[in-house]
Amino acid sequence: MYLTDRSAPAGADTERGRRRGLRPKVAPVVLVLGTVSLITDISSEMVTAVLPLYLVTTLGFSPLGFGALDGVYNGVSALVQLTGGHLADRARNHKLIAGLGYGLSALCKPLLLLTSSIGALGTVLALDRTGKGLRTAPRDAMISLSTPSDRQGRAFGIHRAMDTTGAMLGPLAAFLILNAAADGYDAVFGVSACVAVLGVVVLVLFVPGRRQDTVPDGAGTLHDAPTDAAGAPQGRPPVRVREALALLRLPRLRALAGCAALLGLTTVSDAFVYLLLQRRAGLAEEWFPLLPLGTAVVFLLLAVPFGALADRIGRHTVFLAGHMALLTAYALLLWAPATPALPFLVLALHGVFYAATDGVLPAALSATVPEHLRASGLAIVGTSQALARFCCSLGFGAAWTVWGYGPALAGSAVGLLCCAVVAGMVLRPKDGTG
Amino acid sequence: MTTEPKRNQMTPLRRRLIVLVTAVLLLAGLGTGMVLRAADRADRANRPQAGGPAVSGGKVTLGQKDRLMFVNAAAGPHRTAVASVPSTEPGSGRTASDLKCARFYAAAGTGVCLQSDTGVLKQNNRALLLDSDLRTRHTYSLAGTPSRARVSPSGRFVAWTVFVSGESYASAFFSTRTSVLDTRTMKLTPSLETFAIDLDGRSYKAADVNYWGVTFAADDDTFYATLNTDNKTYLVRGSLSRQTVTTLIENVECPSLSPDGTRVAFKKRVLSRTDLWREYVLDLRTLKETPLAERHSVDDQATWLDDETVAYALPAEGKVGASDLWSVPANGTGTPRLLIAGASSPAPL
Repeated sequence: MYLTDRSAPAGADTERGRRRGLRPKVAPVVLVLGTVSLITDISSEMVTAVLPLYLVTTLGFSPLGFGALDGVYNGVSALVQLTGGHLADRARNHKLIAGLGYGLSALCKPLLLLTSSIGALGTVLALDRTGKGLRTAPRDAMISLSTPSDRQGRAFGIHRAMDTTGAMLGPLAAFLILNAAADGYDAVFGVSACVAVLGVVVLVLFVPGRRQDTVPDGAGTLHDAPTDAAGAPQGRPPVRVREALALLRLPRLRALAGCAALLGLTTVSDAFVYLLLQRRAGLAEEWFPLLPLGTAVVFLLLAVPFGALADRIGRHTVFLAGHMALLTAYALLLWAPATPALPFLVLALHGVFYAATDGVLPAALSATVPEHLRASGLAIVGTSQALARFCCSLGFGAAWTVWGYGPALAGSAVGLLCCAVVAGMVLRPKDGTG
Repeated sequence: MTTEPKRNQMTPLRRRLIVLVTAVLLLAGLGTGMVLRAADRADRANRPQAGGPAVSGGKVTLGQKDRLMFVNAAAGPHRTAVASVPSTEPGSGRTASDLKCARFYAAAGTGVCLQSDTGVLKQNNRALLLDSDLRTRHTYSLAGTPSRARVSPSGRFVAWTVFVSGESYASAFFSTRTSVLDTRTMKLTPSLETFAIDLDGRSYKAADVNYWGVTFAADDDTFYATLNTDNKTYLVRGSLSRQTVTTLIENVECPSLSPDGTRVAFKKRVLSRTDLWREYVLDLRTLKETPLAERHSVDDQATWLDDETVAYALPAEGKVGASDLWSVPANGTGTPRLLIAGASSPAPL
């Protein structure tokens, strides 16, 4: 659900931000985008919850061959994120690109009904991932651009909390439908499609688009040029790839992307964390499917307070503290006795990790990336993090094979500690709070 | 963008709200319609259908020789119930028990039934160990969706495979877990993954090992199964007492040992990365493979009706989610024959 391809890194603040006196606490766009994400996540998690069941019981698949495509999907999604970010900046229309992404995923839901071979199903799911990759960076850019820089953490926290709420409601909806209609997978996919369409409708109706009429040509010179939620100041030549790539020359962005990747390299994927937890705590197997729920609940509850805290005490600090929570969770998995409290503690720390990092990283970027390149910048950081985590999954799997899970996790923990120390030094605030 | 834009870029709020409400009503109507239609269809499946096979409730036991047991899929109140027909007349009227299963197998007075209910947050899956009267002796919670079930010829050992899935949409994290139960000592081996592996003559260890589709030999020690690791599937021969497995050949799934113990029927993936399997029989002495006459893709663990015939489920034509049982000669000759329409999980007694 919230794991794979989020944009990531942490950033700092600048002096803009307190431009106007009276501002609502949250920009309406953030709430609207949060609502769109909530609705869309209900839709996609409905499918997630029943897809294995559907594959096995209705289509009679042995879904193992299918799992092999997983890595491909993650790679696709991460690379598409870069494309989405760049296109959004280039078209100067974040809403359009995000809308295409949401629309593509919505289209995929009814297609699930028409496919009955693994190849076709794999294609549909890949398209769905493409949609997700496409929309992530422009959506985060819209959140970022609509929010004064001293409230970025809070805004992203609100968005992530709403997003996760949707992720938790999805399975509930799916199983309610299956209870009402035995074997009603077609109904689950159909309703999921309707819900996804509703998300697109809300986006189209309530997210402000590009302003054609705001500022006439040359308005870039206007002091305080109102940057709109959707895009960049007008009157600029279109953003070229070269310009987006030049972002990498910004030391601060490079530092953030580097640290996100570095930490991502030692962030063991959720599936492994749950597997280890189950083994260490001796949990009965039927509880396994509920473990991600524990993480999600904590993430949901803490996303906003941690975002606000990040705005106050510094995003880098909170971002690194989140990784310390993850490190503590590793330590518990390694050394704590198998008490009944262990699963709760580990899941709570895992949720804290997400709450302190998932929205805080893009929030931290706001101060670093110029507005007309915001989506590209978010995508660069997000992609580096996603690819790093993917490498970590491969490496961790291999280490588990060779040394067993204890040493593999111990290795990750040591790696995480080292990376966190390096990141702590690299990200040390130079100009005010981070 | 912190204040509502009043410029003409957007229609006035009221008009947008009207569009939203209309969309919500339309989509809610559409969604409700689909759920109601599915509910109605599920309802109809639980009523007998004209032209369907005759199914009557009655006493079904594992002691009835010369009968073929299966999970009934014909529409009506006995849908998904364990049922039986005379082996010599598989097309005749079915006798259905009260026991409902997703997957079933039985041998020598021991039965196993895998069940799956959808709960509120997740599915609840169970394995039931059954006595000869199909009464539950013991219940085991399962970690995932029921897939395969087998009982050893003597009735002493029971094995089942489930698909464990987790996580996120399209993250497609699947693995299988295969458990073996000794019904004499009631000792459960939760996962074969703890067994030592001899792969092509070398000791092998990996985190991505999965097993499925156990089939037992008559000696109550030897078993065959599919081992999957590193995107390859192998046929393995295992020993329950020594807790070891040895790979024999590649690209073998869901083996099923013949009653005389000399051959294994299995499904072979004929095109990599696709869901296209053909049913083969492997001679265990010569390792010679013989393709069977069935030309459809078989995704089932076949069952030997006798030393010359295997049975397996195929998707029923035109009916999503339903299957028919077919049989075909085990030597590669002949043609497939419809054994029982609307049925799965065959188990000859």
